[in-house]
Amino acid sequence: MNLSVDNISRSFGGVQALMDVSFEVELGTIHGLIGPNGAGKTTLINILSGVLPPTHGQVLYQGLSLHHLPAHQVAALGVARTFQNIRLFPTMTCLENVQAGQHLTAERPLMPRLLRLPSAGREDRELEERARDNLVRVGLGDRASHPARSLSYGERRRLEIARALALNPSLLLLDEPVAGMRRGEAAEVADLIRSLVQGGMTILLIEHNMAFVMEICSCITVLNFGRVITTGSPDAVRRHRDVIEAYLGSERGDA
Amino acid sequence: MNLLAQQLVNGLFIGSVYGLFAVGYTLVFGVLDILNLAHAAVFTLGGLSAVWLVQAAGMSIWLAFPLATLLAGGLGLLINAAAFAPLRRRADSQFSGLISSIAMAIIFDAAALGLFGARSVRFPPGTVKVHVWQIAGVTITSLQVGIVLVATLLMLILTLFLQRSRTGKAIRTVAENERAAMLLGVNVSGIIAFTFFISSALGGAAGVLYGLYFDSLAPDMGRAIELKGLAVIILGGMGSIPGAILGGLAFGLSEVLTVAVSGTSNLRDAVAFTVLFAILLLRPSGLLGRGKLREA
Amino acid sequence: MEQLAQFYAVYGSVINFIGINALLALSLNFTLAAGMLSLGNAAFAGIGGYTAGILTVHLKAPLIVSLCGGSLMAGVVGLLLGMPVLRLKGVFLAMATLAFGEVVRIAAVNLDITGGAEGLTGIPNITRTWMIFLALALAAYFMATLRRSRIGWGLISIREDETAAACLGVDITYYKVVAFTIGAMVAGFAGAMYAHLNYLITPRDFGFFIAVDLLVYNIVGGTRIWYGPILGAALLTALPEILRGVGVAAGPVRLAVNGVILLLVILFLPNGLASLFTRLRPVAVKTGRAERT
Ligand SMILES: Nc1ncnc2c1ncn2[C@@H]1O[C@H](COP(=O)(O)OP(=O)(O)O)[C@@H](O)[C@H]1O
Ligand SMILES: [Mg+2]
Repeated sequence: MNLSVDNISRSFGGVQALMDVSFEVELGTIHGLIGPNGAGKTTLINILSGVLPPTHGQVLYQGLSLHHLPAHQVAALGVARTFQNIRLFPTMTCLENVQAGQHLTAERPLMPRLLRLPSAGREDRELEERARDNLVRVGLGDRASHPARSLSYGERRRLEIARALALNPSLLLLDEPVAGMRRGEAAEVADLIRSLVQGGMTILLIEHNMAFVMEICSCITVLNFGRVITTGSPDAVRRHRDVIEAYLGSERGDA
Repeated sequence: MNLLAQQLVNGLFIGSVYGLFAVGYTLVFGVLDILNLAHAAVFTLGGLSAVWLVQAAGMSIWLAFPLATLLAGGLGLLINAAAFAPLRRRADSQFSGLISSIAMAIIFDAAALGLFGARSVRFPPGTVKVHVWQIAGVTITSLQVGIVLVATLLMLILTLFLQRSRTGKAIRTVAENERAAMLLGVNVSGIIAFTFFISSALGGAAGVLYGLYFDSLAPDMGRAIELKGLAVIILGGMGSIPGAILGGLAFGLSEVLTVAVSGTSNLRDAVAFTVLFAILLLRPSGLLGRGKLREA
Repeated sequence: MEQLAQFYAVYGSVINFIGINALLALSLNFTLAAGMLSLGNAAFAGIGGYTAGILTVHLKAPLIVSLCGGSLMAGVVGLLLGMPVLRLKGVFLAMATLAFGEVVRIAAVNLDITGGAEGLTGIPNITRTWMIFLALALAAYFMATLRRSRIGWGLISIREDETAAACLGVDITYYKVVAFTIGAMVAGFAGAMYAHLNYLITPRDFGFFIAVDLLVYNIVGGTRIWYGPILGAALLTALPEILRGVGVAAGPVRLAVNGVILLLVILFLPNGLASLFTRLRPVAVKTGRAERT
């Protein structure tokens, strides 16, 4: 019943971005995915979220295979994600971004709205309330009516998390959630992620910030040139010879 | 048999004008990923101003033709300055550029109407001396040959210019990647303005040739070619110069053949637009297009 | 009261055309709401107009049956067209719908049942002003409400960022086809009413330049709120009368004024005239870093 990534390969034209990638993510844990730039991490998240199909291999989550489903059906199974190159809805406010994220958890039926039934207004108020809670959760409670574009880099990343949380996901895929954040801000996100896992969520996250990854992940998979070097506990990964080499070899150990 | 041969030859002549029109159209798209819907209005103004230069100013066509071409190029600079340059930094520039070029088209159409009147005009008789040849039962005039030669020459010059000259290379760099071009020290906004100049000059030249070929010009003549131009650049693949040339010829041939086979001019555009529609569904990058453009 | 009757006697047909054009502009807004640039709505209006005209003339159908029949036919064609073409984006979608519009126009020129190039004649003049504005009011109410419903949120998310929308569970293809089909039905209804306003419809009434006009109404009025397209259509349809009122003769000047208004709006009011009445958020500005991937 874990999330299992089974022999996933993916190529773009001649570029082999992923090659026979396999590992398991235990439910209810924080799993890290690290590796030098271009290792294929984002490609893997794209495959897990249904944005890209794999060339080979399969993904099983809660006993269902995800790899042939389109993105919206993957989302319907409770898998949410954020993007490395932030993809907010730029002309919407922060609150509206989160409300748009409620697509699967809200009914918003057309008929009662056309007929002006009170149930419609009630639902809208409840949804707005929930969206505000999500914003508060990521520390953007006071930004609700600001346009998403006006946020700082770190705030945008947090808003993307809030929007993803609006799905009530059971599995959350985070692509570099603290990139570009100040230390204090990153620590807040770390606390948020821990609290999410305490609530039963499973998290797979990509991050270059080693201190961050080592601190919050219970298990880490290391990718290099599209292949898994190792999967193991932070301590085991830290001591792994090939990992040290991969990082020193590409001079991105601290990136 | 001779009738068919005659139709094929006619298709070739008109196709070369379509090709010239489309080459300018597709050039701007290739560089900026933007459709300039004012291109047909420039075509009209180019043709009408050549008539004016010959008729009212008494010029020879050999002087009026290059002058009208330059004038059309100037209109291109105006289009860029008024309709595209101010929008370039906007995230929806592809969409808003389409609209602002429609606005320029309306303004140019109004100018054509105001300056040259609503009636159709023609070059004075004897503007070009016409010889008529009969070759194997097919009638060819020196005017037609001249049109094909001029159109071919202009397209050839453009192709060589883009491939060989320093400015041509800069244009291609901007088309490839604007940011990279800027980092390489290319004057991007200058290059873009120049691209508009060339594109519109070619459009204006096509207008003059079109007017000579059909011996009739009117302020709404751009409407007839606007859709054909769009069809041609999609057939050829947006942004592809050789594609636009081949697409123009193919479109000219399909027109005359459809008329020849069906016997009615009502169906003239039917085949072309059906093919266009099918191509968009089956092979959206066109016959010679850069596939990546469709997805982004 | 008498003055009102007099006003209507003079301007009745302009008022009717404002209503029809506003309804057509609104029909395009359903597609624009999801960021889809379609030039097919004039053709859908044509399909609706011809279907309704044929129903009335040849089958002696009552008006309401003809109107609904025209709308339905346009909707069915919209559904069939939408499924394949909505994979295309941006100008390529615009081109495909444009090609479709030309094919429809050429078909209308060449078929017998549509009356060929001369058009379909003998359609009774039975559309009334109140019908047009009732339909417009209903469509506008539907549009305004739709935006707050699940479909509306989905469509706007698609307009903002397709990939992000898909990852939030929005079924992109389904929502696009739904919006496209609704737009086609509204356009078909407007076309059907137009057919019964005029005795005669011809293929020219629904050509490429009408399709461009619909886009222009939306841009001038504003695409982001339900009354934007109505505002744009009303202003630009009434403009010739207004200009006549201030003494500008027909011809080039009027055309130029049209063009200049459009240019000024797109340059300085990217959200259209509607943004003068509501606080709409400005269009996003390209930032230095690559945000599209
Ligand atoms: N959509 C794409 N098209 C072509 N190549 C891609 C695409 N996405 C990723 N790649 C290539 O796949 C490789 C892995 O990229 P990516 O998954 O983004 O790495 P990471 O996130 O680990 O930095 C890179 O070589 C990249 O150029
Ligand atoms: Mg990455």
